[in-house]
Amino acid sequence: MAHIRVPEGAPGILGPMAISPESTKALRELVEVLLRGPNTLTPAEREMIATYVSSQNDCCFCQLSHGAAAAEHLSGDYELIDRVKRDYATAEISGKLKSLLAIAGKVQKGGKHVTPEDVVRARQQGATDKEIHDTVLIAAAFCMFNRYVDGLGTWQPTDPNEYREMGRIMAHVGYVRPNWEKTGEAA
Amino acid sequence: MAHIQLPEGLPGIRGPMVFSPETTKPLCDLVQVPLTGPHSLTPAERELIATYVSSQNDCIYCQSCHGSTAAQYLGGSDADYELIAQIKRNYPATPISAKMKALLAIAGKVQKGGKYVSTEDIELARQQAATDKEIHDTVLIAAAFCMFNRYVDGLATWQPRDPEIYREIGKQTAQLGYVGRDYKKPLQAIAARQQKVEAKGDSLWRTFDYRKGFPESSGPWPSVLKPQNR
Repeated sequence: MAHIRVPEGAPGILGPMAISPESTKALRELVEVLLRGPNTLTPAEREMIATYVSSQNDCCFCQLSHGAAAAEHLSGDYELIDRVKRDYATAEISGKLKSLLAIAGKVQKGGKHVTPEDVVRARQQGATDKEIHDTVLIAAAFCMFNRYVDGLGTWQPTDPNEYREMGRIMAHVGYVRPNWEKTGEAA
Repeated sequence: MAHIQLPEGLPGIRGPMVFSPETTKPLCDLVQVPLTGPHSLTPAERELIATYVSSQNDCIYCQSCHGSTAAQYLGGSDADYELIAQIKRNYPATPISAKMKALLAIAGKVQKGGKYVSTEDIELARQQAATDKEIHDTVLIAAAFCMFNRYVDGLATWQPRDPEIYREIGKQTAQLGYVGRDYKKPLQAIAARQQKVEAKGDSLWRTFDYRKGFPESSGPWPSVLKPQNR
């Protein structure tokens, strides 16, 4: 039972989104530009940042849905996403992405945890100002999304397989399609 | 120094907002809708939720801006600013409504993490007649400020301590809202301060370390702008 009345059977953020269309429009536009807009970081890399922060915040819905989106961007490589969540330092991802995930992990704890050294390390791996900016904002945004989803006590399926279809839609259709909440395709 | 190259002279979130216009639009909408739209909670009450969460996150810029906006909505007197300062310090002891106290309790839990919100917290808010929409918006505002605070601090933006700067920001926001404004426009209070600093042959933002505050600051800050927890 969610803390407030939301449509039955709507998982995670789709419940509160269905009852608050105005804020939902802004939330959808934000996540679309952050994760799928033109960027030197691939959508898969950005979905991994979102997934990692959500797993650090222990938000089941966000880490499984964005993990699925990341995997679907990578032709279904779900194992890589699991390794990134468990220990990204040993996963088969670029040095640059590792240094950006380190920054994202600091942002998850609190903005002031990010040190100049974290930023220098990312620059040494070739990260640009925009990539560092976007990493901080993606990490910060998922500290919001995770709290929105968990803070309202939403219903969150725990079987990762239930998120595959949702991940495909998130990866290949995107976040701003009209009437996302009403179609029920994601559920 | 901010962690990335941001436009000079713009405090707090304004630097990254101008740096990244494509994300700024949804961010402005996101703050405009829950904080200024038609609502059973007053704009001052909603700004208070933003202010309280920002002070719990120790974000100087956000707590000062939104605290000042809340005070301006209440009339903008010194007493209004003092009330906001007291709410940040210890809201249960202030004369705000029992419903607001129950909502601030929920906001405080969201700040720690979504799972901290308990059914008892919700029950207490309902006993004070909080509606589903009020609870939803409290959670969303609190969550959104856990984002804004991290955005502002995570990039180590310039966060001045001059109360005049935040008075100006609070007045502007209470009048104009958040959407469709020119955030590149310099603040008068900053321009005035910059002139003073330049007269001494220095630059306000080049030398500024937000962890230390203004080197030339003298005298006690009004308690409303004194950062909490440090």
